[in-house]
Amino acid sequence: MNNKENKNNKEYQKLVKEASPDSPIFKNCLKAFFSGGLICCIGQFLMNIFSTYGLVADSRNMLVSVILIGLASLLTGLGWYSKIGKFCGAGSVVPITGFSNSVTAPAIEYKKEGFVLGLGAKIFTVAGPVILYGTLASIVVGIIYYFVG
Amino acid sequence: MAKKTGMRSVRFEKSVCIKSVSSVAGTKESEGPLKDCFDISVNDNLYGEDSWEKAEAKFAGRAMEEAVRKGALTFGDIDYILAGDLQNQTTASCYAAAKLDNSFFGLYGACSTFGEGLSLGAALIDGGWGKNVLCEASSHFCAAEKQFRFPLELGNQRPQTSTWTVTGSGAAVLCGEGNYPRITGITTGRIVDAGITDANNMGAAMAPAAADIILNHFRDFSSGPQDYDRIFTGDLGYVGREILLKLLSEKGCHIEEIHRDCGILIYDRDKQDTHSGGSGCACSALVFSAIYKKLIEGEYKKVLLIPTGALMSPVSVQQGESIMGICHLVMIEKR
Repeated sequence: MNNKENKNNKEYQKLVKEASPDSPIFKNCLKAFFSGGLICCIGQFLMNIFSTYGLVADSRNMLVSVILIGLASLLTGLGWYSKIGKFCGAGSVVPITGFSNSVTAPAIEYKKEGFVLGLGAKIFTVAGPVILYGTLASIVVGIIYYFVG
Repeated sequence: MAKKTGMRSVRFEKSVCIKSVSSVAGTKESEGPLKDCFDISVNDNLYGEDSWEKAEAKFAGRAMEEAVRKGALTFGDIDYILAGDLQNQTTASCYAAAKLDNSFFGLYGACSTFGEGLSLGAALIDGGWGKNVLCEASSHFCAAEKQFRFPLELGNQRPQTSTWTVTGSGAAVLCGEGNYPRITGITTGRIVDAGITDANNMGAAMAPAAADIILNHFRDFSSGPQDYDRIFTGDLGYVGREILLKLLSEKGCHIEEIHRDCGILIYDRDKQDTHSGGSGCACSALVFSAIYKKLIEGEYKKVLLIPTGALMSPVSVQQGESIMGICHLVMIEKR
């Protein structure tokens, strides 16, 4: 069998699929649901505390984000967030804490290559696409809102 | 007389002996089922250095020193060093060899590098190019993750088909005479493109290359599974092993009983959470210490060591190209 035949070999792809165990999707979904929910509850809990101290909505929202981002960054530095992430999956990736982790992790990893070409250039290797397409999406939504809203 | 046997193999006329073998294992490997087989167990994956890359170079250097020492030699007796690893420009091997004064061949065969080194080293000895040749291969989990996948502290989940890059280094000194296990033949693999584009399923990318080389070997040497005590593949893992056995049985070749995979042997899947098994250049290089021990003790008389490599480039994978496989088969017999 030559390489050209191999490449289009549907049978081989089928064989690989059979031999490759799937991730436990149901279990992972449950874990992600509850752990992601827990992170959101922590955020809500902080929010409620801040409202009892009479903070206005804008400052409250910002403060909760800052605290969650700072906390996730700290946990990443301590080496705990990767362990949390292994258990929680999407539950700890989707909330703002996951975003924080995706910025801090490359910062730690590429620090060794210097603060400019290492840390500086590579800090957004994981989060970069989220920032770019997030911004683009917000522009599109903004335009639609301008005409529809 | 032609040494070439069949299409892809060489039978060595002169004796090519494996004088000594060394292994320097990382933390996770030193906690695995083969922990007692390693010469040096390092419980610090940075190995006292300040980067993963430098740590791997130290693993490589220590393995070279240990192999030379166990062979009762000095580096002055070594005519060539053949070494490789997974880092870009095979830096771990180069930095390790930079501290030495020996002629150096840098090799890249992904995780098949140790087999490539033994094959070429044996050819050098057989060809009379030198008296002693040092073959070495290393890999490092953290350096590999950084280069090929994601930053270490990123909180993501690894798929069930993924393998765990072995941290450590293994080396062997080949020489022309002595009462040691011998390399009696080699079969050199070809690049096999099985159309796999999933960088988390290396076993599937390599299994067709392994099946190809095994069938070629049997044909070239007119042999079969019954002629060997064990056939060790490098790092197919659980997924790759299953595919390999299926591919071979389709061709009427059954090696289930005697086949072992170094990637399966090196970790305890349930306790060490390594999913499909171990991988990396150091996988077969470290496990070879255990195999060598059993050859010396006489438990094995004739084995095949087949380090398997997935030639994965992050750039090509991102461009949608498939991951190719390569294997290097070394036939080893007890003297």
